[in-house]
Amino acid sequence: MTFWQKNLILLSCLLFFWFLCSFGFGILFSEYISFIKIGGFELGFWFSQQGSIYVFIILIFTYSYLVERLERKEKK
Amino acid sequence: MEAQTLTYIFVGLSFALYIGIAIASRAKSTNDFYVAGKGVNPVANGMATAADWMSAASFLSMAGLIAFLGRDGSVYLMGWTGGYVLLALLLAPYLRKYGKYTVPDFIGERYYSNVARVVAVICLIFISFTYIAGQMRGVGIVFSRFLEVEIEMGVIIGMGIVFIYAVLGGMKGITYTQVAQYCVMIFAYLVPAIFLSIMLTGNPIPQLGFGDKLLNSDIYLIDKLDKTIIDLGFSPYTEYSKSLIDIFCITAALMFGTAGLPHVIVRFFTVPNMQAARRSAGYALVFIAILYTTAPAVASFARLNFIDSVQNTSYEDAPDWFKNWENIGLISWMDKNQDGKMQYSSGSPFVESRPIFTDKRGSLGQRLLENEANTSSSNEVYLDRDIIVLANPEIANLPIWVIALVAAGGLAAALSTAAGLLLVISSSISHDLMKQTFMPQITEKKELLYARLAAGITILLAGILGIFPPAFVAQVVAFAFGLAASTLFPVLFMGIFSKKTTKEAAIGGMLTGLVFTFSYIVFFKFISPELNNSDHWLLGISPEGIGVIGMIFNFLVMLLITKSTKSPPESVINLVETIRRP
Repeated sequence: MTFWQKNLILLSCLLFFWFLCSFGFGILFSEYISFIKIGGFELGFWFSQQGSIYVFIILIFTYSYLVERLERKEKK
Repeated sequence: MEAQTLTYIFVGLSFALYIGIAIASRAKSTNDFYVAGKGVNPVANGMATAADWMSAASFLSMAGLIAFLGRDGSVYLMGWTGGYVLLALLLAPYLRKYGKYTVPDFIGERYYSNVARVVAVICLIFISFTYIAGQMRGVGIVFSRFLEVEIEMGVIIGMGIVFIYAVLGGMKGITYTQVAQYCVMIFAYLVPAIFLSIMLTGNPIPQLGFGDKLLNSDIYLIDKLDKTIIDLGFSPYTEYSKSLIDIFCITAALMFGTAGLPHVIVRFFTVPNMQAARRSAGYALVFIAILYTTAPAVASFARLNFIDSVQNTSYEDAPDWFKNWENIGLISWMDKNQDGKMQYSSGSPFVESRPIFTDKRGSLGQRLLENEANTSSSNEVYLDRDIIVLANPEIANLPIWVIALVAAGGLAAALSTAAGLLLVISSSISHDLMKQTFMPQITEKKELLYARLAAGITILLAGILGIFPPAFVAQVVAFAFGLAASTLFPVLFMGIFSKKTTKEAAIGGMLTGLVFTFSYIVFFKFISPELNNSDHWLLGISPEGIGVIGMIFNFLVMLLITKSTKSPPESVINLVETIRRP
């Protein structure tokens, strides 16, 4: 597999989580997970007003770390 | 010391700081002016991006908006942060690798066409102008409330400050002033939030206090808030009231729009390489998240506090802040049942959407209104949502230095965004229109002069829009995101991820997105506002969310046209391969 193909696979995986945590947990399936509570928050509500933002940050740094590793291999 | 003197000192000091930084980091070349010499540290750039991104609307209006929209307000929280994932993963590193100065630059070269470049400039100017007018208005509001100068004077002072550091320093001056502005702004946002969180829940971290139990009680703050507003006839705070498809589309339009906003993308041109661009987007989101995760907490605190201090309080005992903001005309009270007490509940207090004040005062000293009472609701209180953040320190009885700090923070938010917008407008005029399209023979020195001239003229126009705001400023914000999502994002994405997309496809795609989104918004917002409800919307999608459909059309048109046109020249395919290479 070329560097670019690996990069595309990595991007698709991370964007899947991006979609799942914001559009999925925060909006579409919010109702179905709201029986889970953290503190005063219903899980769906927490994802839509707090959690998705934390996940976004993790996703960017994960991508940055993994793709830099790919890039180093590619340069060798 | 009086609140006002203190505000003057805080605002004065922060302005002196910005100007000092601007003088220290003057731009000497077009490279400095457009992209700060491409030597900005990724963390500093992250901070500058955060300040650039968080406008007067984020700082002043967002918490208020969420306080009253409740769960529906999540669209802004997710929409305005999720775009950074798209930016960091799909656009920023490659555009940085490309290595030129502006967004239309990339479009012009990747699609080997000056027509594509000019269409991109038109989209960019439209997007950025709608934004900048709002910033100048924000400056005016802060000045008029806290420094008691006329809104016009406030706008002129704001214009002067931005002029000094944007025209002198270009991107270099703007970057470092934005770093300072971020610090002022985030400090000003967190201090009242922490105070409020401790007051209500005893927890000093607002993000946790938001999910904590109320002080000396067993009830969670959110449950109490839900119960209180349901009792007053509002829909529950924690449930969506709009349809899910609309919520979905608005969130998506804001995300893709964010990723396509030129003034944000350009910030990633200032770092040394593509790795730094990715990391910088991560840092930017960290700095943004500090405010964006605090805002919903502040929103819930403010809603609860507001109801507590107003509901069933007699007007004579109304707190000072209530009367201060009533004097400015952003709060009003109409004693419909003549009991001298303020009743707050769902529904508008009067038939009109805004209060119309007479010159007279009522027996209790309240400002009398000309409005016709809305008999179907018992609500007597009108509140402009934009004042929540500014009024919060007063509502919560915080020390006066906190109030002064918030004023300085609001100005920092408005000025930093205005400066960033100004720069993309002026550089797209001097670089893309003059140098690259119409006057290719001008020297670098001349180009720099034109860039400064364009910045000066843009400030003047923005200031005029701030002083004489078109009635629809708030409504055109939907434009900026919808247009960015439906025009620039798809073209940039395909420019990187597809080697085959042709110039005809890009031009056709941008025009389709532009025309479709533009007409949909104009139709529902301006031509037939009476039809602006879910019965008449396409698939139940409001004008705020229609940018996503425009984006899908744009992609479809690009795919179709690419199939039937001659493939791009060898040099363009090489360009795409180069920007993909690490």
